[in-house]
Amino acid sequence: MVFLEFEKPLETLYEQLDKIKQVGSEGDLNVKPMIKELESKIKAKSLEIYSGLSGWQKVQLSRHPERPYTLYYIEQMCDSFVELHGDRRFSDDKAIVGGLARINGTSFVVIGHQKGINTKMRQYRNFGMANPEGYRKANRLMKLAEKFDLPVVCMIDTPGAFPGIEAEERGQAEAIARNLMTMADLETPIICYIIGEGASGGAIGIGLGDAVYMFENTWYSVISPESCSSILWRSWDYKEQAAEALKLTADHMFEFGLVDGILNEPLGAAHTHPEEMAQSFKKHIKQQIARLSKIPKEELLNKRIAKYREMGQFVVKEEPVTPA
Amino acid sequence: MKEMRDNFYICPKCDFHSRIGSHDYFDLLYDDQEYQLHFEELQSEDFLQWEDLKTYRQRLDAVSEKSPVSEAISVASGKSNGKKLVVAAMDFSYIGGSMGSVVGERIARAIEFCIKKKAPLLIISKSGGARMMESAFSLMQLAKTSALLAKLAKAKVPYLSMLTDPTTGGVTASFAMLGDINFAEPRALIGFAGPRVIKETIKKELPEGFQTSEFLLEHGFLDFIVRRDQLKSRLHDVLHILQR
Repeated sequence: MVFLEFEKPLETLYEQLDKIKQVGSEGDLNVKPMIKELESKIKAKSLEIYSGLSGWQKVQLSRHPERPYTLYYIEQMCDSFVELHGDRRFSDDKAIVGGLARINGTSFVVIGHQKGINTKMRQYRNFGMANPEGYRKANRLMKLAEKFDLPVVCMIDTPGAFPGIEAEERGQAEAIARNLMTMADLETPIICYIIGEGASGGAIGIGLGDAVYMFENTWYSVISPESCSSILWRSWDYKEQAAEALKLTADHMFEFGLVDGILNEPLGAAHTHPEEMAQSFKKHIKQQIARLSKIPKEELLNKRIAKYREMGQFVVKEEPVTPA
Repeated sequence: MKEMRDNFYICPKCDFHSRIGSHDYFDLLYDDQEYQLHFEELQSEDFLQWEDLKTYRQRLDAVSEKSPVSEAISVASGKSNGKKLVVAAMDFSYIGGSMGSVVGERIARAIEFCIKKKAPLLIISKSGGARMMESAFSLMQLAKTSALLAKLAKAKVPYLSMLTDPTTGGVTASFAMLGDINFAEPRALIGFAGPRVIKETIKKELPEGFQTSEFLLEHGFLDFIVRRDQLKSRLHDVLHILQR
């Protein structure tokens, strides 16, 4: 197991637990009461640590190297999955995956950012940073879903759309903008989940939907805390402050009405009990598809646009301000 | 200075298009410089109690003292070449032309106004991107403006997008790239990521002319580049044909 800085007290407890288990397996010393005591200590400590996480700590959890990614969930949840490749224009982006999926008789199209599970794969997946081809593949799959009346499920987990020369040459901005317009009036339900990192345009590029949910230990923001620190504080050292200021956690986002709900993670975050997480995720997807599929198409689209129409906070001044 | 103004703020020597404000574009486009401003009553508010080295409130107060505009976008309606036209023009002097809730709301209302009046919409972009001090609310303006543009498209009302120096980030990744026709002023910086971020990521020098209007035209993302002194007549040509 990999422990983050704020999880260090747990690491010590787990080490003690391992030692006692070892002792128990070697001799005839009765270690059961000690194990029980340590386990309840771990639980208490976990509750203490995970119930008071700061914004920055949640950012760290969302990036935990053992955190489950899109393809893990697909594998765990789906009875069948046929991955579909390519944008039919330039290439197949490895940072966004997608395809046809089925859970207990419910068919849908799934699209998600994909990060790599080891050093080699992280490179291969470009750290979950898609090029325009990724967004255009997503667009193609959404249109396919619309044609065959299949709901779309998006899983968002990206540190941002890739900022590279070729990405600009091939229209990164256009690809994201086009997806937003496509998703605004796609005639089929769209359900989006922030399963890890929700960084800016790269996240919302597959993130406009009838229902948008955030996993408990994820973040969604206009900019990463690091970049925000570097621009507004003119130093990389204020990422914790930036994370607080951005109010990027699921509870803030839900409170602001910018997402529709939060999916709780097991105690210790998704990576400690990935199968349990996948089970509750699966249940949630089935419920959402069932709920949204009942809504007539026209009503669904009107509601979707109306939801985004209302997003924003401002004041209406009585006296119009007349500029000089 | 007067020479610059008479020449549409284009340098007579080197042809450089200086950055100009929202109202300069209105003066340039509307017949007899007559137009009506809309939605000026919508104002930004520091609802997140944002604080970095300054508070957002301080930034808003400081900019409203010195900027000639009431927000990073101003919306006007009037006649251009004798025909109805709604123009929403961004202004870089207002917090770097950044898009927060008010920019999104003014665009949304401009679009609804255009649908109601069947008037074509021109948005002139000039922005560093989404406004950080409104966090995810700013990000959601990408979705909001694009969703409203989908409605405008259904109503078959023309939407022209003009990109000027600079147009980057969330503005490029939403309404600026979604015109029925996209065009730009010469030599404007246009991109998704800013050049500094790209350089730091790939650790290489950027090619000459990267992310300029001419670069985007070459790569197929603009319909044409237009000099500022020919903008009004080019708009006439386009709208005259689109609207028969």
